[in-house]
Amino acid sequence: MTDLSRRKLIITGLAATAGVSGLGVAAHLAQKYGLVPPDHGGIYGLGETLTYASQRLLTKHSLAREFPRSKISKPPFANEIAPPSDAFKHLQAGGFADWRLSVDGLVDRPASFSLAQLKSYPSRSQITMVQCEEGWSYIAEWIGVPLSHVLDLVGIQPQARYVVYFSIEPDWWESMDMADALHPQTFLTYGMNGDELPVGHGGPLRMRVPRQLGYKNVKFLTHLTVTDSLKRFGKGLGSAAPEAGYAWYAGI
Amino acid sequence: MARLESAQVPVSAYVPSSVSVVPTTTVTSRHSALVRVTHWITALCFIASLVSGMEIVISHPRFYWGETGNVLTAPLFQIPIPASRKLVQSGYGYVLPDQNGWSRYLHFQSAWVAVLTGLLYVMFGFVTGHFRKSLLPNRADLSWRAFSTSIASHLRFERPSEAEAWSYNVLQRLSYLFVIFVLFPVVIWTGLAMSPAFVSAFPASVTLLGGQQSARTIHFFVSLALTIFLLVHVVMVYLAGFRSRMRAMITGKMITGWARTRKERI
Repeated sequence: MTDLSRRKLIITGLAATAGVSGLGVAAHLAQKYGLVPPDHGGIYGLGETLTYASQRLLTKHSLAREFPRSKISKPPFANEIAPPSDAFKHLQAGGFADWRLSVDGLVDRPASFSLAQLKSYPSRSQITMVQCEEGWSYIAEWIGVPLSHVLDLVGIQPQARYVVYFSIEPDWWESMDMADALHPQTFLTYGMNGDELPVGHGGPLRMRVPRQLGYKNVKFLTHLTVTDSLKRFGKGLGSAAPEAGYAWYAGI
Repeated sequence: MARLESAQVPVSAYVPSSVSVVPTTTVTSRHSALVRVTHWITALCFIASLVSGMEIVISHPRFYWGETGNVLTAPLFQIPIPASRKLVQSGYGYVLPDQNGWSRYLHFQSAWVAVLTGLLYVMFGFVTGHFRKSLLPNRADLSWRAFSTSIASHLRFERPSEAEAWSYNVLQRLSYLFVIFVLFPVVIWTGLAMSPAFVSAFPASVTLLGGQQSARTIHFFVSLALTIFLLVHVVMVYLAGFRSRMRAMITGKMITGWARTRKERI
């Protein structure tokens, strides 16, 4: 073995050791700072983790683009929805007077809110874009109460890391991290374009997360749970989307 | 070590001979290891992005200009293919299966690997002078005469001369530079400009392009340009000698059979 190839071997060995331990440290730090998405397993875990971690670092406090009123899409486009369940039709027949949003999990005061209660809180509006992962998009004015306001009312506990949210329709649920849950543009939405939120757009109550794609904006919202781990929900991948093959994080 | 590699001549070449012209083969290194590894990783990532990108397009094969676009707005154009969503009036009587889940996962994963590989390659290219030495056209090549000669020989599908096994011709250099410094950066930029989270942090990345649907449309056309580059590239490799060019890009070695005098060789 010549000096040169021995030196090469040592350098390669050191570089490989540094690389592997560097990855170990990076993985540990990423886990500690909440930069690992729940669907990080499997062959696409690397790309998914890089996307979520880098976007979380870059966009923790950034605001989704807002548009002038003249940019609102006319007519507003509503994606098709599955035929409503009996539970929904029953509440719809009563003009949604009995619609409730229950909030539980890692909160000091679990509560259940009527639409009238939600509407009594300071109302906010935003003119933002809904983008579908398929490629189409539209802009609308969304009116609601920031999710952070309701989370303040129930008092989230310090170990809270995610908010899981459920539709009245079966198997329709999503979750988001606290950066999105406490974000000022994340709304419990009950109005659209100066009017009530139409059923086609998720009325009477829809989650609005404008920094993520359309499918995170769950329609017909009835239940929120604050949690420190997503492992107990469904298959433990974070939401219904990864169970159907789609990424949990939809910021891209 | 490196010097030895770059001038590897088989021992047989040095055997003295009474004949002045000896037919023999020469093995020389052509592409450095980093160029070869990054080339194949990029090739693999591009194929993965292309396949997954086409699957994503199938879910909404309509393109728009500006900020927004959906089935209620007039498209810039619609690709006449069946769609994987009922929503789109494709003119076909059937709906293709939804493939967007894995397609989107794969698209972003291959984008990450391609971007990281590309950064490594570009740093290498600047540090070692690879771009200056191998890709920047010579001053003499930048004349209309040289251009027209090169274009004419390409149009005649001429097999490249032996000398081109060691270097790139002017059209090749310019197209490689265009792919590396224009098409790839634009396809990455327009891809990021479609991300709602990315543009929340960097809104200019999308407003400069005229809107999110414009970014999607540009992304589509740049991908098309990259695909045309890939096809032409493969045809040129075939014309130049598939085996020798593939061997050069895989093993790094170029083997050529030249009849040269011993004196010339030394």
